[in-house]
Amino acid sequence: MMNRLSTNKTVFAWAALTPFILLFAFFMVYPLIQSAFLALNQTYGPDTRLFVGTKNFELLIEDPVFWTAIKNTLIYSLGSLFIQLPLAFGLALVLNSRRLKGRSIYRLIFFSPQLMGLAFVAVLGALAFEKRAGLVNRTLAWMMQDAALLEIDWLQEYIMSTLILISLWLYVGFNMIYFLAALQNVNNSLLEAAEIDGAGPLSKLRHVIIPSVRPVATFVVLLSMIGSLQLFELPYILLNGNGGPNNKGLTIVMYLYQNGFELGDLGYASAVGWALALMLILLALIQIRMVRKEEASR
Amino acid sequence: MSVARPSKLSRSITHFVLIVLAIVVLLPYAWLLVASLKSREDFFSGMFFPPGDGFLGISWESLTLSNYTALMEMGFGRAAINSVFYASTSAVFATFICAATGYVLAKSKFRGRAFMTLVVLGSLIVPPTLLIAPSYELLFHLGLLDSVWGLLLPTFAPAFGVFLFRQAVQQSVPDELIEAARIDGCSEAGIFMVIVLPLIRPMIGAFLLITFLGMWNNFISPQIVLQTSSKQPLSVAISQLRGVYRTDYGLLMAATVVSVAPVAVLFLVLQKQFISGLTSGAVKG
Repeated sequence: MMNRLSTNKTVFAWAALTPFILLFAFFMVYPLIQSAFLALNQTYGPDTRLFVGTKNFELLIEDPVFWTAIKNTLIYSLGSLFIQLPLAFGLALVLNSRRLKGRSIYRLIFFSPQLMGLAFVAVLGALAFEKRAGLVNRTLAWMMQDAALLEIDWLQEYIMSTLILISLWLYVGFNMIYFLAALQNVNNSLLEAAEIDGAGPLSKLRHVIIPSVRPVATFVVLLSMIGSLQLFELPYILLNGNGGPNNKGLTIVMYLYQNGFELGDLGYASAVGWALALMLILLALIQIRMVRKEEASR
Repeated sequence: MSVARPSKLSRSITHFVLIVLAIVVLLPYAWLLVASLKSREDFFSGMFFPPGDGFLGISWESLTLSNYTALMEMGFGRAAINSVFYASTSAVFATFICAATGYVLAKSKFRGRAFMTLVVLGSLIVPPTLLIAPSYELLFHLGLLDSVWGLLLPTFAPAFGVFLFRQAVQQSVPDELIEAARIDGCSEAGIFMVIVLPLIRPMIGAFLLITFLGMWNNFISPQIVLQTSSKQPLSVAISQLRGVYRTDYGLLMAATVVSVAPVAVLFLVLQKQFISGLTSGAVKG
C-alpha cells in the first residue's frame, strides 16, 4: 500500500513536469545553446551556416553602427532612468500619505499607461509627436501662442528626446508602485523617534526614509536598466523600421533585428545578442556587489 | 507614516501638481478617443472637438464612426479576433503548466528537484532578446514558421511563472492538508485539482492576467514568426497600418482605440488582481 502510494506520487510528479520540461528544453535550453554556436557562424537565412569562428565578434567591435546603437541605447537608458526615478519616488512619497484625498485614483491614473503594449504606445506616440497635427506641438503652440512650435520635427530631429519623454509617460507610474510598496517598510517608530529628536522633513527623508527604500531602489534601477537596454518596439515603429536619419534612433535590439531578419545573418545577430547579454550580466553583477557592500556596511 | 501635519497651502500645491500630472497622463487618451471620431477633413480643425455651433461651441454632428467602419472593411477585426485567441490560449496553457510545475517543485520530493529548481530560476537571467535569432532558426527547422503554434508554444512555459507558483504553493498550501487528502484516498491529480488549485486562486488570477496582457501586447514574436497578414495580431497589424497610412490620423487613432480598449476594460474590472499580479514576486511585504 505504502509502496503503491509512493509510485503514484512519482508518476504524478513526472506527468505534471513533462509538459514544462519539454517546452523548456525546446524553447529555452536549446535556443540558448544554439545562440552560442550561431554567434560563431555566418548565415544567409535560417537554412545555411558558414563557420567563421570569432569573426563576428571581431567585426562587431569595429562596426561603427553597432557603437552608434550602443551609444543611443545608453543615452535612452540613463536619460530615462535619471528623470524617472526621482519623479517616481517623489510621487510615491506624496501618494503614500493617508491624508491625501483621492490617492487611489491618482495611483490608478499614473499606473495606467503601463497596460498599453509598446506597439500601441508607439503608434499613439508617433501621432502625438507628429509635426503640425500632433498633440504635443499643438499644446506647445497653444501655450506659447507661437505657431512656429507646430513645426518641431520630433520624430526626425529629436528622436532620442521623444523616446525618453514617451518612456516617462509609460514607466513613472509603474516604478511608483514599487516605491509605494517599499515605503510600507519604513519603520514608523524610527520616524517618530526622529521627530522627537527634532528632525525636519528633509533630514527624516535623508536618514530614515531613503535608507529603508534603498534596496527597492536598487532593484528598480536594475529592472529598468534591463528593460531599457532591450528597447525595440518604440523606436522601430516610430521610425518605420529603420534607424532614422544617421541612425540617430537605432538601438541595440533594432540592430540585432536588422541583421538577423532584414539581412538574414542570424549569426551576426546572435553576436549582437551576446554582446547585449554581456552588458546585462555585467550590470547585474555591479548591482549585486553594491547591495552586498551596503549590507556589509550596516 | 506620520509626517507633521501639512499646511493648507502646501496641501493645495500638492493637489495642484498631482492634477497637472494626471492631466498629462490622461490627455493622450482623451485626444486619441476624440480624434478617432473625427473625419479626415475635420482632423486639423480644433485640437479636440471640431468647432461649430452646437452645444459648447462644438460641431457634434460632424463626429463620425467612419474611421471604425473603414478599419473593419480593411480586415482589422480579424486581427482583433487573433489577439483575443492568442492571448487567452497562451494565458490558460501557461498558467496551468506553470501551476502544475510549481506545485511539484514545491511539494514533491524526487531526485533532481534541486537541480531543476536551480536551472529554472537560473534561466530567469537569460535576456529574451538573446533567444530571438536561435528561436527563429529552430522554428524554421520544426516547420513552425508562419504557424500559430510556432507563436504560441514558446509562450506556454515561462520560467518566472514556475517561480511564482512555487512560491505561492509554499506560502499557502500546508503539507498536512495534502497528507490528509492522501489518507482519505484522494488521487494525486485530484489533490492538485481539488485542493491545491483553489488555495492558490489569487496567484492563478494574477498570472492569467499577466500572461494575457503579455501576449496581447507582444510585438516582436508575431512580427518574426508570422508572415501571413490574416494571422497577425493587433500589435503587428497596427504597426503595418502605420507603415501604409502614416497620415491617415483618424484611422490610426481608431485602430489604437480598438487595440487598447479591451485591456482598459479588463483593467477597470480587475484592478486589484492587476496591481498585485504585476508586482508579485518582485517585492515582498
